[in-house]
Amino acid sequence: MSDLTKFTVSDLNLFYGNFQALKNINMEITKEKITAFIGPSGCGKSTFLKTINRMNDLIEGVKITGNITLDGVDIYKDMDAIRLRTRVGMVFQQPNPFPMSIYDNVAYGPRIHGIRKKNVLDEIVEKSLKQAAIWEEVKDKLKKSALAISGGQQQRICIARTLAIEPEVILMDEPTSALDPISTLKIEDLATELKQYYTIIIVTHNMQQAGRISDKTAFFLTGEVIEYGETEQIFNKPRNKKTEDYITGRFG
Amino acid sequence: MMRQSFIAQLEELNNKVIKMGSILELSTNEMILALDNTDVGTAKKIIDRDDEIDLLELLIERECINIIAKQQPLATDLRKITSIMKIITDIERIADQCSDISEYIIRLSKLPKITAPKNLSDMISATKKMVIDTIDSFVEADLEKASGIITSDDEVDGYFHKITEELSETMQNDPKMVPQCICYLMIIKYLERMADHATNIAEWIMFIITGDLALG
Repeated sequence: MSDLTKFTVSDLNLFYGNFQALKNINMEITKEKITAFIGPSGCGKSTFLKTINRMNDLIEGVKITGNITLDGVDIYKDMDAIRLRTRVGMVFQQPNPFPMSIYDNVAYGPRIHGIRKKNVLDEIVEKSLKQAAIWEEVKDKLKKSALAISGGQQQRICIARTLAIEPEVILMDEPTSALDPISTLKIEDLATELKQYYTIIIVTHNMQQAGRISDKTAFFLTGEVIEYGETEQIFNKPRNKKTEDYITGRFG
Repeated sequence: MMRQSFIAQLEELNNKVIKMGSILELSTNEMILALDNTDVGTAKKIIDRDDEIDLLELLIERECINIIAKQQPLATDLRKITSIMKIITDIERIADQCSDISEYIIRLSKLPKITAPKNLSDMISATKKMVIDTIDSFVEADLEKASGIITSDDEVDGYFHKITEELSETMQNDPKMVPQCICYLMIIKYLERMADHATNIAEWIMFIITGDLALG
């Protein structure tokens, strides 16, 4: 593991009952880069993303073998899930703001972690909204409901909410699939901006999106990682025929 | 402004093309001086510089392919990137021709000096103007300047035919001058080709600006 590695995944297998959803995954995820997971529905990319945040090991019938380390520490054996999730935030496919004001959405995490002082919270909210490139659009309506703004804006509020607890990693599970092209490009620009400070992992159905923003890309198929490499290499000169077939649309 | 990193990549690409153009401009200017003075040192310098142009061509090609693979450029962006891939081939060819001419300058330096063909300096100025205008019209996206280049090509072709006749006459009158005349003949052929490549570039620049492809 080099200093540039954030996660090391070794011999990871995941079973839903008898069904094996992930098969022997080995991967190093680089710090402060964007890594994209692509592949057809049911290939295991979202399942894998969730294992990084321990969102499926507590589900009944799920069995996981192998290990994942974050900065060298085993996230299954030597870290509790709550601690892990303060370090690894997640943004979902559908914007899911809480039914409360924009301000309270962003302040939610810090409050749970015991921050009460108004001036400190104000500062966190402003900083997070600015980082999520939505401050200018909402600064005059922080008390308004987060449900009363557009989907693209809601998604950036959710990103701000994730940033407010200062994670080191942001997982994005198809964060733009419910958004229009303009909002999509805004989120993409934002991700590119944020990678200076955060390690970002994005699951996307939109291959072109992976091309546009990611530094590294992993192609998943039926629970396996078929190919993992620099995005430039994957898109220009994939080594595996299955990757080539998938990205050129000759698949299935 | 959105797609910041894509826009930055396009800018970087543009700057590399301009850099390639300015190296070409330097070689063209020096080639003219070297020809005027049969200056072997400068001629050799031009030949050496050709590697720089070749390397830039390779880098730009690679960047264009990457942008197409990763960014799905459309409309003006797509026209610009595809045109740049064609333009750099022509720039590289013009630079090659500067080197080729330099080789003949070196050859001429080893032969007894003869008077240069009458229209040669006019042909050179016309060709040089075309080459420099292509770079300027690319930088400034100047449609008028680009279409002016295409008209100038006829002028260069005219000089080529005049000088060919003149050289043919000189060779018939004094066979001792045949070796030098052959050098000049090659040089004007290369100049004529330089003008053709400049015309190609102009057509691609017009395509970037208007979206219409020229015929032939």
